[in-house]
Amino acid sequence: MTTEPAPQAPRVVVVTGISRYLGAHVASRLSADPRIPRVIGLDPAEPPAELAGLLGGVERVRADVASAGEVIADLDAESVVHLAVVSAPDRHRGGRPAMKEQNVIGTMQLLAACQRAPRLRKLVVRSSTAAYGASFRDPAVFTEDTAPRETPRGGFARDILDIEGYVRGFCRRRPDVVATVLRLAPLIGSTADTTLTRYFAQPVVPTVLGRDPRLQFVHVDDALEVLHRSVVEDHAGTYNVAGAGVLALSQAIRRAGRVALPILEPGLSGAANVARALGFPRYGLDQLDLFVHGRVVDTTNLIKEYGFTPRPTAVAFDDFVRVNAGGEVISGLHLAIAEQVILDGIRRVRAAAREQG
Amino acid sequence: MNAVEEQEDIWDRRIASALSFLRRRLSGQYEIDEFGFDAELTDRVFYPVLRALYRDWFRTEVSGVGNLPLSGPALVVGNHSGTVALDALVLSAVLHDHHPARRHLRLLGADLVFRMPIVSELARKSGGTVACNPDAERLMHNGELVGVFPEGFKGVGKHYSQRYQLQRFGRGGFVAAALRTGTPIVPVAIVGAEETYPMLADIKPLARLLKLPYFPVTPTFPWLGPLGMVPLPSKWLIQFCPPVSTTGLADSADDPLVVFDLADQVREIIQHTLDRLVAGRADPFAG
Repeated sequence: MTTEPAPQAPRVVVVTGISRYLGAHVASRLSADPRIPRVIGLDPAEPPAELAGLLGGVERVRADVASAGEVIADLDAESVVHLAVVSAPDRHRGGRPAMKEQNVIGTMQLLAACQRAPRLRKLVVRSSTAAYGASFRDPAVFTEDTAPRETPRGGFARDILDIEGYVRGFCRRRPDVVATVLRLAPLIGSTADTTLTRYFAQPVVPTVLGRDPRLQFVHVDDALEVLHRSVVEDHAGTYNVAGAGVLALSQAIRRAGRVALPILEPGLSGAANVARALGFPRYGLDQLDLFVHGRVVDTTNLIKEYGFTPRPTAVAFDDFVRVNAGGEVISGLHLAIAEQVILDGIRRVRAAAREQG
Repeated sequence: MNAVEEQEDIWDRRIASALSFLRRRLSGQYEIDEFGFDAELTDRVFYPVLRALYRDWFRTEVSGVGNLPLSGPALVVGNHSGTVALDALVLSAVLHDHHPARRHLRLLGADLVFRMPIVSELARKSGGTVACNPDAERLMHNGELVGVFPEGFKGVGKHYSQRYQLQRFGRGGFVAAALRTGTPIVPVAIVGAEETYPMLADIKPLARLLKLPYFPVTPTFPWLGPLGMVPLPSKWLIQFCPPVSTTGLADSADDPLVVFDLADQVREIIQHTLDRLVAGRADPFAG
């Protein structure tokens, strides 16, 4: 629902979670937009060196979301972009309890602050396609109005459901604020460093035996474009953000030139062990569910509303493969050479047999 | 070029094409659709196996393929039987081989199929998906031929003495989906599948233990072990019936009266066709 043909870009934008990849890049792009005079980055942690360089034009406030209330009110924020949503627990940052604290309590406090901010007219929240949960009875393709069949067992998915619930509550109390919820597919691209890109960068990639889930990715640059447009234009509602098309996990592993190592699917009790065996103590039931069920979403609404089509999943993945080509175990080139060698060999043998006969 | 050399040339092309297929598979350079359907794998691996089965083992006779649309959506509704759902797989291969446009049948399967590892992936890769309204409507909306067996496990898991007696059609969800998308329904009668694994008994405690809808006992299973999994070579007859139109009824999709009426109509057509085909056949295994 575009409310007006040319909505005015907000003058003061607050971005949460700028110590992380997505937050830093969004803040950097917003600050480079001449229509937006002030971009304030809110994060209790100092951004790492490789991201700090991006944040030249961003005013940094080192505060957690709990004290965001004063910041948002003091600065007369017109737009808040909530990206301080963590998808996997980080042992160095307090593990799962800290993750839940940041995701759920953090969002509650931020929304409480937003509710009291008189000049606020836009809220953009990063959500995830994990909101659809995972079950055997799920439809193959999720549209924005598909409700999860059962409460997901993964922590991140549960956090996402809570976050979206709070945003819905906020919208009821502040109907004057344009709220955009973006359900992002797993991010991939040439520069992104996420749990999934690290997973595909291993030479031998563990998978779940007898399962070949359908995966969908969104290119980081396209996710940034959609987030940027959500701030400078008005797009109220919830949107799936993903690249069209599907890659099977086995297919993605082959395209990346990696070797799959199937592991027995566990009962519920062994699930966490398998998650560990998949090579990621940081990986939890969220990723295990993704690797059993897969997840594909419909992006018709996004394309219609934003007039923007993210590049297809396969193209986004190939971009990632190109940059990570160094670690290939079996490359397409090897296979092409092998094909030619075998074909020539068979032709020679058959020609020899013909001459003899 | 003489005949022998020409023949050799065919082999050269076949080898080259098989090697290139293998390379594409190993490097992931193929496409699957959003439901996980892998058309190349289905055409080059699954169908050849099923073709041998339905042609040489079951000597299948097919009629009424002209009742299927050349393009655009249709809902193919069939009778389900034979303890294992072999009839669904054979139907999709038969339809593909006999249809002038070589169309793929997109099967709707029970949850159980998608709960099982390996089986679930084979089902998706061969064009199947979970039997639920969003998926059915999405497929029909995309103009696909959708295959459904409304009897479900009541059909495949019935006793041999109930052969060729259609079971209850459930809530008629398939009819509602067809009405909502204005998709014609093509009933299909499949004769022969009942005799592939005639179910003589159902060991219910074992089924409960294994979380299966039934545990079959056939003349060969479980007595002969894995050999008991070989289907009996019955003679199969498959007949596609004239389509039942659903146009102009989109508003009635949630009217139980219309839905049940239409489901009954389809059920009657299949039952009549089955009765006729069974009566016309001398012996289940002859021919």
